Amino acid sequence: MKDTAGTTGLIFNEPLLWEKGKKGRTAFSLPRRDVKEHPVDENLKGNGPDFPDLSEVDIVRHYIRLSQWNFSVDSGMYPLGSCTMKYNPKTNERQASQPGFALAHPLLPESLSQGVLKLMSEMERYLTEITGMDATTLQPAAGAQGELTGMLLFYAYHKSKAKPRSKILVPDTAHGTNPASASLCGYRPVLVKSNERGVLSPQAVDEAMDEDVAGIMVTNPNTLGLFEENIKAVADIVHAAGGLVYCDGANMNAVMGIVNMGDLGVDVLHLNLHKTFSSPHGGGGPGSGPVCVRKPLEPFLPVPRVVNKNGKYALSENFPDSIGKVHAFYGNVGVMIRAYSYILSMGPEGLKKASQLAVLNAAYIKENLKGTFHLPYNRPCMHECVFSDKLQEPYRVTTLDMVKRLMDYGFHPPTIYFPLVVPGAIMIEPTETESKEDIDLFIESMKAIAREAQENPELLHAAPQKTKRRRLDETSAARKPRLSG
Amino acid sequence: MTAMRYLPHTPEDIAAMLEAVEIESLEGLFAHIPENCRRKEALKIPEYLTEWELNDHMDTLAGSMAVSPEYKIFMGAGSYEHHTPSAVSFLLGRSEFVTAYTPYQPEVSQGTLQAIYEYQTLTSRLLGMEVANASQWDGASALAEAMLMAIRISRKKAVAVSSAIHPLYRRVLETYFEPTDFEIRELSYLSDGTTDLSPLKDMDDLGAVAVQSPNFLGCMENLGDIAQTLEGQKVLLVVCFSEPLAYGLYKSPGQCGADIACGEGQSLGIPRLFGGPALGMFATKMKYVRNMPGRLVGETVDLEGKRGHVLTLSTREQHIRREKATSNICTNNSLCALAAVMYMATLGGSGFKKLAQLNYDKTEYLKNALARAGFKLPFRQATFNEFVVKFPTGFKKTYRRLLKKKIIAGLPLVGFYPELKDHYLLCVTETITKADMDALIQEIEK
Repeated sequence: MKDTAGTTGLIFNEPLLWEKGKKGRTAFSLPRRDVKEHPVDENLKGNGPDFPDLSEVDIVRHYIRLSQWNFSVDSGMYPLGSCTMKYNPKTNERQASQPGFALAHPLLPESLSQGVLKLMSEMERYLTEITGMDATTLQPAAGAQGELTGMLLFYAYHKSKAKPRSKILVPDTAHGTNPASASLCGYRPVLVKSNERGVLSPQAVDEAMDEDVAGIMVTNPNTLGLFEENIKAVADIVHAAGGLVYCDGANMNAVMGIVNMGDLGVDVLHLNLHKTFSSPHGGGGPGSGPVCVRKPLEPFLPVPRVVNKNGKYALSENFPDSIGKVHAFYGNVGVMIRAYSYILSMGPEGLKKASQLAVLNAAYIKENLKGTFHLPYNRPCMHECVFSDKLQEPYRVTTLDMVKRLMDYGFHPPTIYFPLVVPGAIMIEPTETESKEDIDLFIESMKAIAREAQENPELLHAAPQKTKRRRLDETSAARKPRLSG
Repeated sequence: MTAMRYLPHTPEDIAAMLEAVEIESLEGLFAHIPENCRRKEALKIPEYLTEWELNDHMDTLAGSMAVSPEYKIFMGAGSYEHHTPSAVSFLLGRSEFVTAYTPYQPEVSQGTLQAIYEYQTLTSRLLGMEVANASQWDGASALAEAMLMAIRISRKKAVAVSSAIHPLYRRVLETYFEPTDFEIRELSYLSDGTTDLSPLKDMDDLGAVAVQSPNFLGCMENLGDIAQTLEGQKVLLVVCFSEPLAYGLYKSPGQCGADIACGEGQSLGIPRLFGGPALGMFATKMKYVRNMPGRLVGETVDLEGKRGHVLTLSTREQHIRREKATSNICTNNSLCALAAVMYMATLGGSGFKKLAQLNYDKTEYLKNALARAGFKLPFRQATFNEFVVKFPTGFKKTYRRLLKKKIIAGLPLVGFYPELKDHYLLCVTETITKADMDALIQEIEK
């Protein structure tokens, strides 16, 4: 096996911000005072915040050192299942930081904001086309807010039919956000079990479906990396009982240009621009969760909507059936700009190719590791594949031990212990931007770890050893929370 | 098609990988998808652009936007222009922060985790609260989540909300409340620009009262008085904000007795970007922490006893609690929180106070100049960097004339408050010079 990327080098310690600095230092060039000081109402006046005073060099070293303690896509392969950690193109950053966008005030008259309104309008059109739906809102700030928006659309739709409903069907392979979003909207989630093939069966949905079910939330491809092959039959059953079909589109990276969600019977779908459309995840956001709908749901979309009047773009509130607003302004425009830049860089063939290669990479990993790790569903996978630690059980090595060891090899761990239907799950999503060489190295590393599990399990129990910190005590962190210093 | 720079596979790689998986073509990878689920036609989106074509296209779009310094924008209303130090922009661009995921694996995420722990700490200190979360999406969703949290704690079904809270935040709150049986009661504002609390005494089943300070009209609420009014009742005081720089000068929400402080942190070093991404800030008292939405970073130790940080108290969250979670939030606005903490640290306690005072002084200068020029400032209460002016009837024409001169003379309020015809909300920050303000007055008087 050739050298892995993981190694150790000189890495710096760095205290907390308030453990360094001295009163009287500053890292800020205070703007020149050209007006005189005015007295402040004594009853309201405060003392200002107790922040440390630091110099610019203090600040720069602090954050450069901290940054070096992070794993990132720009440093190595990050095969987190369901998270689509693809490469984040640098031209996207250039576009979003153009002063025309970065400094734009959201409440300027429309005549002075034509550029960004045009971009948003075209972005809606592209996403509508890519998903095969009829209309799109860009307003939700992240996937979970997209889900909430979708549930609010369900609610508004049923209310308009004067038939409010109280339940939502949620498969056991769903993201935790799905039931949480449904319940924010007052719906009671009803669990539907996937079948022995890892997908929804029409019978299970039929049994759970009744006149009080507002609809179903499906993730397709699902969290086992499998295409929901019965989706059309499932949608027919739900529609026949007056329900609606929601699709969590977090895994859209598998099917761009390959499947039209609209054709599958999906009524509402959210996308994650920070997954499929290459905007960076930022260590936990900001994301963007556009929602695409079929015609009957369009009247309920959030306002304002971008409209085109005689070649001029405008923001319109004139949609009386709208659910209202979910964001103070129009959503995470900075993320939209990056995703728009990505779509234009890829073009129609590039996007389809991206999905094909994402699936090829996952299939290749599945094929190469299936003897080494237990593969609970040995079926054609989409963009990700799910293994478990069952074969390592005899050596008392768990999924957690193996992925911690993977860090020492220079890879970010896959998603673990999810989906819940697979005990000890190891969910691997390589994405299309990893090369064959890097994937081969990942496969070799995983095989080496499986060998270590047999021969030297202690090594895995003690992993990781090359990281800034060893395993952290999460139990005591939760028992005696220390949430600020 | 020609080679795409983000797709590393050569035709030979593809052939070798297909052979390994025993499939003949890339199309064949999708053969298991039922035929009637597969798309037949190509995507109808524009052909790809080269990087250089893309730059031209985006420059054209960006170039059509009205921004400073070409335009003088006296408009805040929840989106503020402040100088961002180069060090902050530079550090925020570090790939290790930008291209990492949520820090689920703490051993390889200590950078993000420590930075967010520091953000939580400085945010708690700024707002005078005991604990802050790792961020919400924006000020509006932070307010909506705060009210839901207050309802969970108080087990009441009604909340009172000041009409001087940002109108767009209140609309998001209404959207969140629409499918619930919770009720929103509006508190109007008084002639001095603060919230009228007198109806509170007749509302005996309230779970929370929410005000914004500085409020949408720029006025500081008398938070201490509100807290006193609520004393002894089981009603939570929620203090919202859109301009946290004000707490460099004025007392913080926590100092005045707030139970939850929440709002928008865009003014802390985050670009306006047409309204997003921005930063939902959220803080509360330790006794309410288990009812709090959002991620939390906590301090702990590793195997060798060394200090480190982890995501904690996740039993509140959707991935564990599912439908019983305190919120559905998963991806938040972490990088914006990082920008905010870098900005706060760059200013330091001393710089933060000085900058707040400067914003205040510049605003007072413009207020006085407008008053001297004969314009009415209808609200007497102290303000921070925004205030309301009543211009003479027909000012609309002047406003349009100023637009042509590339001056945005504030935000017309009539669209948000129909009773405030001819009233405009003006904003001054440190980016506006005395000369800019003198020019504004001169142009208005023409």
